[in-house]
Amino acid sequence: MADKRKIDARGSFCPGPLMELIAGIKAANVGDELEVLSTDRGSAADIPEWIKKVGHELLTTTEENGVWHITVRKTK
Amino acid sequence: MVSDKISIILVSELREDLQMAGMIASVGAVSGNNVSVLISMNALKYFLKGANDKAPVAGHMGEMLDRKKAPSFKTLFEQAAELGDARIHPCSMAMDVLGVEWRDLDTFLKEPMGLTKFLDDARGGQVWSF
Repeated sequence: MADKRKIDARGSFCPGPLMELIAGIKAANVGDELEVLSTDRGSAADIPEWIKKVGHELLTTTEENGVWHITVRKTK
Repeated sequence: MVSDKISIILVSELREDLQMAGMIASVGAVSGNNVSVLISMNALKYFLKGANDKAPVAGHMGEMLDRKKAPSFKTLFEQAAELGDARIHPCSMAMDVLGVEWRDLDTFLKEPMGLTKFLDDARGGQVWSF
């Protein structure tokens, strides 16, 4: 059964949130969902680009009070 | 995913240079690029086991990096190696000058390399120097 995990990278600067997400993806199983929280504007743009490049599935990107919530499903 | 080759020559002791090189190495490596780094000259001392990573800053941005929660450049290089399989090599000439052995360096550094092989391996790819 797929897991859902939250990665709180608020306060970390580029490429910290991306690297934390990647470490989480490495430890996850295929099908798991990971939600990364980031206050870094650059990472909010870069993380979806990275997801697209490596072929995972971007589920949602939302911003609330300066915090981006980016959810990805590990596909491979 | 297209795999490209990125070769980084790191010689600076300045925080901003080390940070940018680490960012390119880590993001490049985890994005599927074949990343190699050669650490030489004034940069090598930071990669001695137990070395302090407090590098002098060149300007305002370096001071800001220290004040904010920017990742340490050494963390970025370590992540490049561990998460993205980047190959990070100490320069054999710089090791001779410093009088250090491979065992004296951080464990994520691969075997010492000379410039001839590094440049030969870099052929046809992007080469960055800091």
